[in-house]
Amino acid sequence: MELFNEILQTILSGVSIGCIYGLVALGFVLIFKATEIINFAQGEMMVLGAFIALTLINVLGFPYWIALLLTTVLLGLFGMLLERTVLRSLIGEPVFAIVMLTIGLGYFVRSSVSMVPGWGTDTHGFRTPFTDRVVRYGELVLSWEQLAIILMTGALILILFAFFRFTRIGVAMRAASQNQLAAAYMGISVNRVFSLTWTISAALGGFAGVLLSPITFVHMNMGFIGLKAFPAAVLGGFGSIPGAIVGGLIIGITESLAGVYLPVGWKDIAAYIILILVLIIRPQGLFGIQEKKKV
Amino acid sequence: MRFIMKRDYYQDIRLFKYRSTFFWYLALVIGCFLAPTVLDDYFISQLTFICMYSVATVGLMLLTGYTGQVSMGHAAFFGIGAFTSAILSSKGVPFVLALPAAGLLAGVVGIFIGLPALRLSGLYLAIATMGFGFIVEEILVRWESLTHGNMGMMVDPPSIGPLLFESETSYYYLTLVILTLTILAARNILRSPTGRAMIAIRDSEVAAQAMGISMAKYKTTAFAISAFFTGVAGSLYAHKLTFINPESFTIFVSIEFLAMIIVGGLGSIHGAVFGAAFIIFLPQLIIMTKDYMPKYLADQTGLDPVLYGLMIILFILFEPLGIYGRWRKTRFYFEMFPLYKKDTFRREKKYFKAERH
Amino acid sequence: MSFFEAQQISISFGGLMALNGVSFEVNKGEVFSIIGPNGAGKTTIFNCINRYYDLDEGSFIFKDKDISKVRPHVVADLGISRTFQNIELFKNTTAIDNLLLGRHRHRRSNLFTEALFSPFVQRQEIDSREKAEEVIDFLDLQAYRDQMVAGLPFGVQKTVELGRALAMEPELLLLDEPSSGMNMEEIEDLAFWITDIKEELGITILMVEHNMRLVKEISDRVLALNFGVVLTQGDPKGVLGHPEVMQAYLGDEGVSITG
Repeated sequence: MELFNEILQTILSGVSIGCIYGLVALGFVLIFKATEIINFAQGEMMVLGAFIALTLINVLGFPYWIALLLTTVLLGLFGMLLERTVLRSLIGEPVFAIVMLTIGLGYFVRSSVSMVPGWGTDTHGFRTPFTDRVVRYGELVLSWEQLAIILMTGALILILFAFFRFTRIGVAMRAASQNQLAAAYMGISVNRVFSLTWTISAALGGFAGVLLSPITFVHMNMGFIGLKAFPAAVLGGFGSIPGAIVGGLIIGITESLAGVYLPVGWKDIAAYIILILVLIIRPQGLFGIQEKKKV
Repeated sequence: MRFIMKRDYYQDIRLFKYRSTFFWYLALVIGCFLAPTVLDDYFISQLTFICMYSVATVGLMLLTGYTGQVSMGHAAFFGIGAFTSAILSSKGVPFVLALPAAGLLAGVVGIFIGLPALRLSGLYLAIATMGFGFIVEEILVRWESLTHGNMGMMVDPPSIGPLLFESETSYYYLTLVILTLTILAARNILRSPTGRAMIAIRDSEVAAQAMGISMAKYKTTAFAISAFFTGVAGSLYAHKLTFINPESFTIFVSIEFLAMIIVGGLGSIHGAVFGAAFIIFLPQLIIMTKDYMPKYLADQTGLDPVLYGLMIILFILFEPLGIYGRWRKTRFYFEMFPLYKKDTFRREKKYFKAERH
Repeated sequence: MSFFEAQQISISFGGLMALNGVSFEVNKGEVFSIIGPNGAGKTTIFNCINRYYDLDEGSFIFKDKDISKVRPHVVADLGISRTFQNIELFKNTTAIDNLLLGRHRHRRSNLFTEALFSPFVQRQEIDSREKAEEVIDFLDLQAYRDQMVAGLPFGVQKTVELGRALAMEPELLLLDEPSSGMNMEEIEDLAFWITDIKEELGITILMVEHNMRLVKEISDRVLALNFGVVLTQGDPKGVLGHPEVMQAYLGDEGVSITG
């Protein structure tokens, strides 16, 4: 029974970290579907989000929930700004160049964060309504921080699902990701779809950053967790929204189990080993469909 | 306007198209060899780093710039080369054997990485190679009996027979010779069927196959050559620093290599060298401009990466052909003076060019 | 035994039968044209020959060898070369480099001799260039030899692509809509080139084409396809005048399609 509880506990902490991977992966997937670009600066959106929330809560004294909402909105605006100023002019350039550009953006954002007075290179933390609270269920002890991540990710996915399913612009975005030219002919402003995609994905990054803060604390390098979200996105097929979340969960759980039951070192590379295995066996990911260029 | 009177097909396959080009390159090589007579040790050491990194970037350029396969894991080949050379040297293997062995082992690993690459395209490959980079880094850390893990390894300066390459100047000559050989080999491959096949794969895989080019053979070949050169560069790196540990071979090094070839100009050997030179000198440039900055900014540790990131962004936005592209435009301007048209190199406006549908 | 043969080939994409039991034979030294309305499955036949798609059923026989299971590049090695409907040139290289790539299957060098650029490799390069220059002369491409392909006019790009296929010295040449996007004069040239390729170079041609006049002028035999099924095949006049073919193109009104 004790072993069972231990495994359950490990899996649950894996699920909660997996949710974060999933959220970041979702950010990748949305942008990839719309523009075929992978945004390597997605992790830095988390950093920015976490630091903004930190300032809102610790310095300006906002309550957690307001701060979470405000951060998400601010990051969304930042994403929109980024798309307008930098990325829009690059439509049609080689994908690799744009990816490299997002890597440059990542460096820029991360180091800029370290230059802001009061943020710097130190590790910070802020209080949340879940801090130091636990739920007991028999032998099982769950921290609210982990549960909150799982619940809020779930809620966010429902909102996104409804958005893509029922709103006009959501359907337009799905259409544009299927076939940009046809969507443009149907009167969808593809530029607006791109802009919105970057907005949503940056907002998701910010949201994930705030959620993650109680677990990893706020630090300029917390965005490197984004590197683990790549395997998650690939696992899910890099074009599928549920795929991204499932991929994130698989990576999170494996990593968590590897951390407890495998020799030291395996935890950090478990995600990549899965990644390479999946790519060898099923290059299009678990949920992806293989597409061929028309000649 | 220069033109060539062609009387012989051999004129088409020469390394230097014009005789004057040959003399300019000769002057460059002589200049490089005379450099130590006028420059101080510090500067020579910087030049050594440029030569060393250029060997790696020429390798990466063949893979990414010419074959179109993006690798975000080249630090792994660099690391494999460095550790192979270090371990062999510590066992008493002479440098003349350790150096090619480092390249060969990296090359063999490159073949194995090239195999999954057959089924992956574009960004999937980039991510897979990134994963490979992480795995190799972790192996270097954990295989302590061989690599001493995070403790790192001491490496002796190399010697070939009676020649000991210990001083800055002698090591500079060593790397310069190896860089020259690397560039010659790369140029030769590029003007032969293999090089053309690599370019064909970059431009159209479908057409390449229809012309009888085997994806399996040429993608793995490209990976192998690229990894070989990067491994050799790793070996040079180990012997230059005389101390290595796995932290020197992280994803950031892979990104630095990519930044070098992008900044230098994708798809040209010149670009590989220019890019390496630029990125090596960048910290120098930053230090030089620090005196003119506000004190708060100049004291920030984050200044280097901010400018580094900014530079990548600016290059991609405004000079996507890199330094070599800028150089060609400038040369063209003088050749055509005063007839130069501003739009000669204007980018074609491409719109919604999705490969998926 | 025929030179090239398709035996009951079928392929479907997600339930849609693109080709359904198509069979035909191409004799050595003839121009064999495939016609049919858009979406009839013409280009799909080429893509299957090239192993870009896997056949669901049936096989291709080339000189008594089943080539429907070989790896894609082997098709070219056996002597089948092709052009593409929407131009698949190596865009960022010069016209001559594209032609030299056509010579790929004739190379005898390996990586090590190439890295040293040994006299043997030099000799081989010069031979390749001689052959490429012959093709340039044949197709009047002299003016474009050293130009980047990406900047060339569409018609010239199509010609370069034809040149690349010829530089390979194939035995069977697959032409996918060679005249599409070309202007009047270019089509006139093309008609002569195709006849010359057949008669002077002795290369067998399998062609997909929409320009009925061109088909009628230069084909020895024609096959008409609609919705992946063979309507009829035979001599050009008979096929083009066949009522089912006219119906497929024009609907029920019986108007002559050769104009």
